[in-house]
Amino acid sequence: MKQAALEAHNVIKYFPTGHSGILGRPTNEVKAVDGVSFSIAHGETLGVVGESGCGKSTLARVVTRLIDATSGEILMDGESISHLSGKSLRIARRKLQMIFQDPYASLNPRHSVGQIISSPLSVQGISPPQGVKARVQELMELVGLNPEHYNRYPHEFSGGQRQRIGIARALVLEPTVLVADEPVSALDVSIQAQILNLLETLQAELGLTYMFIAHDLSVVRHIADNVAVMYLGKIVEMGSAQSVYTQPGHPYTSALLSAVPVADPTRRGRDGRIRLEGDVPSPIDPPSGCRFRTRCWKATDLCASTEPLLADQGNGHLVACHFPMETPVTLGNTQP
Amino acid sequence: MSATFTDTATLASDGTVGVVIEGKSPRQLAWMRFRRDKFALAAAGVILFYIFAAAFAPVICAVLGISPYELDGDALNDFGLPKGAFGGISSEHWLGVEPGTGRDILARLLYGARVSLLVGFLGTLLTTTIGVMIGIFAGYRRGKVDAVVGRFMDLTLAFPSFLLIIALTRPFTQRLESLGVPEGNPARLTYIVLVLATFGWVYVARVVRGQTLSLREREFVEAARASGAGTGHIVFKQLLPNLWAPVIVIVSLSLPGYVATESTLSFLGLGMLPPAASWGVMLGDSVKYYRADPTYLFIPGVALIVLVLAFNILGDAVRDALDPKADRQTL
Ligand SMILES: Nc1ncnc2c1ncn2[C@@H]1O[C@H](COP(=O)(O)OP(=O)(O)OP(=O)(O)O)[C@@H](O)[C@H]1O
Ligand code: SF4
Ligand SMILES: [Mg+2]
Repeated sequence: MKQAALEAHNVIKYFPTGHSGILGRPTNEVKAVDGVSFSIAHGETLGVVGESGCGKSTLARVVTRLIDATSGEILMDGESISHLSGKSLRIARRKLQMIFQDPYASLNPRHSVGQIISSPLSVQGISPPQGVKARVQELMELVGLNPEHYNRYPHEFSGGQRQRIGIARALVLEPTVLVADEPVSALDVSIQAQILNLLETLQAELGLTYMFIAHDLSVVRHIADNVAVMYLGKIVEMGSAQSVYTQPGHPYTSALLSAVPVADPTRRGRDGRIRLEGDVPSPIDPPSGCRFRTRCWKATDLCASTEPLLADQGNGHLVACHFPMETPVTLGNTQP
Repeated sequence: MSATFTDTATLASDGTVGVVIEGKSPRQLAWMRFRRDKFALAAAGVILFYIFAAAFAPVICAVLGISPYELDGDALNDFGLPKGAFGGISSEHWLGVEPGTGRDILARLLYGARVSLLVGFLGTLLTTTIGVMIGIFAGYRRGKVDAVVGRFMDLTLAFPSFLLIIALTRPFTQRLESLGVPEGNPARLTYIVLVLATFGWVYVARVVRGQTLSLREREFVEAARASGAGTGHIVFKQLLPNLWAPVIVIVSLSLPGYVATESTLSFLGLGMLPPAASWGVMLGDSVKYYRADPTYLFIPGVALIVLVLAFNILGDAVRDALDPKADRQTL
C-alpha cells in the first residue's frame, strides 16, 4: 500500500468542562472526538461529514495541532507529528495548512491582503527567491484574485474573495496537506461552486491532499474520493465516495443522504425519505452502546448494550452498526 | 480605485483589466486619511505648539525678557492687584501679572506647561504600557491568570486612591528622595507620575483585556498559529493592531485627566512647591482672586481646556485614520 499523506490513529479529544471559580475542578468532559482513525492517500480527498457539534472542527484542530489531542497519533508521510514541539513543529506545519470556515473572522481586519498572505512566510522565516511581494501576487493570481489588490483590506472583498485570500495564505508555505473546515458553508450557494472548483483545480495542479469537512454530504460529493461520516465524536461510516453514496450502510448516513437535495425534480418527495427525529444528544454524556440509538428507527436492546465497531462491509467500506442497511433506502434518490 | 467587486474569477484571474495601479501601503493610507481631517491637523498643531513652548520656555522667556520668579511690585496697585485692565496685560507683561507678587503670567504659564505636559506624557506612557501589557496577558492567558488579575483590578479600583495619594505624599516623596531622586519638585513629580500609573493602568487593562478575550477566539489567531506563529507574533502582530483603536481613545481621554490630577494635587498643596509654576499651582492660586482678577483664572484655565480638547480631537482622528474600514473611495 502507498504511504498515506495524513493519518489519524485513534484520536481522542475530551474537553474538561464545568469549571467553578478560580480553584474549580473540571467536573465533566465533552467527548468531542472519541477514537477517530483515518488515512488519506497522497493527492486524495477525505470528506468528513456530520451534523453541527459532532466534533468535525475539533478533529480538524487536533489534526493540525492547533489543540493537543487527549490521546492518539497524527502522522504525516508515516511520521508522527503528535509529539513535535517548538521548532520541529513549526517546520512540520509548513506541510500541513488549514482553511477556515468563516471568511470574515479568519482574516485579520487590520492587515492588508499582502500582509495576510505573506504572514506565514515571515513567521517561518522564509524569503522566497522572487521576493515576498512577487510571491504573494503570484498566489493571488493562482487563486483568482487581482494582484493589484495587494494593499487592500479584507473588508473590501466579498465573502468568496475573502475565502480565496484564506486559500492563498494556506498555500504560501507550499503545503502538501490542506485541512479545510467547512470552507464554503458560510458562502452563497452560487459562490460555493466557484470555491469548490478552485480547490479542485488547485489539488490537480499542486498535487494537494485534502481533508475536507462539511456538514452535509452534497458539498463533498464532487470533491471527495473517500467519505467519513461522523456522529457524536465517532466515525460511523467510512468508505469510497462511490460506495458510501450509493450503498450507505449506516442508518445515520442513509438519513443524511435522504436529506440531500435531489437535482431531478421528478424524483423529489418520493417515499422512503428518512427524517431524523430529535436532537443530537450531549457529547458530555453520550448514549451507551451505539451513540445513534436514541434517533435510530432500527435500534434494539443490543444497540443499547454493545457498541458497534467499524466493520468492513467489503471493499474497505466501514460501517459501525449492528444492523447495517441492506437495501439502501435512498439509492434511487441519490444515484447521479 | 473604484472597481466594483464581483466574485467572478474572470475579472480577477485574467489580470488584464485596466492599468496596474500600485495600491498605497496601509501607513500611507492612514496618513492620507489623517491629513484630510482639518480639525485633527489643527489639534496636532496646538499640541506641537504646546510642546514647543514648554520645551523652549527658558529661551522664550529670555527673548521676551520675562521671568516666572521675578517679583514686579510696580505692576501692582496698593491692594496688591495688577494695575490696568485684564489682569495687568501690557506690552511688558503680555498675559498680565500675578496678583500679590507681580510675577509674569506668560512666563509662569510656559514653565507650568513643562510640568503639566511632563506629568501628562509620562503618566500616559506608563499607564498605557502597564495597562496594555497586563490587559493582553490576562485576556490572552484567560482562566486562572485572568481571574487573579481581575480580582487585582477590582481591588485597585475599590481603593480610596485619592485619600491614599494625599496621605502618602510625604512619606513617599521622602522615600524617593532617599533613593536619590533630587529633592523637592523632581521627587514630587516622580511621585505623581507613579501614583497615576499605579491607579490608572486598570482602566486601560480592563478594555484591553476584554478586547483580547474576544479577539483571541477569532479564527485569524488560529490561522496564525496554524502557520507556526508563537505567542510573540500573535500578541504583537495579530492582536495589538486590533487594540490600538480603543487604547488611543482611552489615552486621549486620560491624558488630560493626568494633567488635571497634577493641577488638583498642586491645588491641594501636594504637587509642585512654590515658587515653581505649574498650571495646577496657578489655577489653585487664581481661585483666591477670581472676583478681583478673573483674567488670572481664565488664562491657565483656557490653556488647560484647549489642551484637553486638542487631545480628544487628535485621539479620535488617529483612531479613525488607523481604521482600514474608512472609505477608500473618497480619498
Ligand atoms: N474549547 C472547547 N471547550 C469545550 N467544549 C468544546 C470546545 N470546542 C468544542 N467543544 C464542544 O465539542 C463538541 C464538538 O464541537 P465542534 O466544534 O468540533 O463541532 P463541529 O462538528 O465542528 O460543529 P459545527 O458544524 O457547528 O462547526 C461540541 O459539543 C462543542 O460544544
Ligand atoms: S447499531 Fe443499532 S442503533 Fe446504532 S445505528 Fe445500528 S441499528 Fe441503529
Ligand atoms: Mg465546526
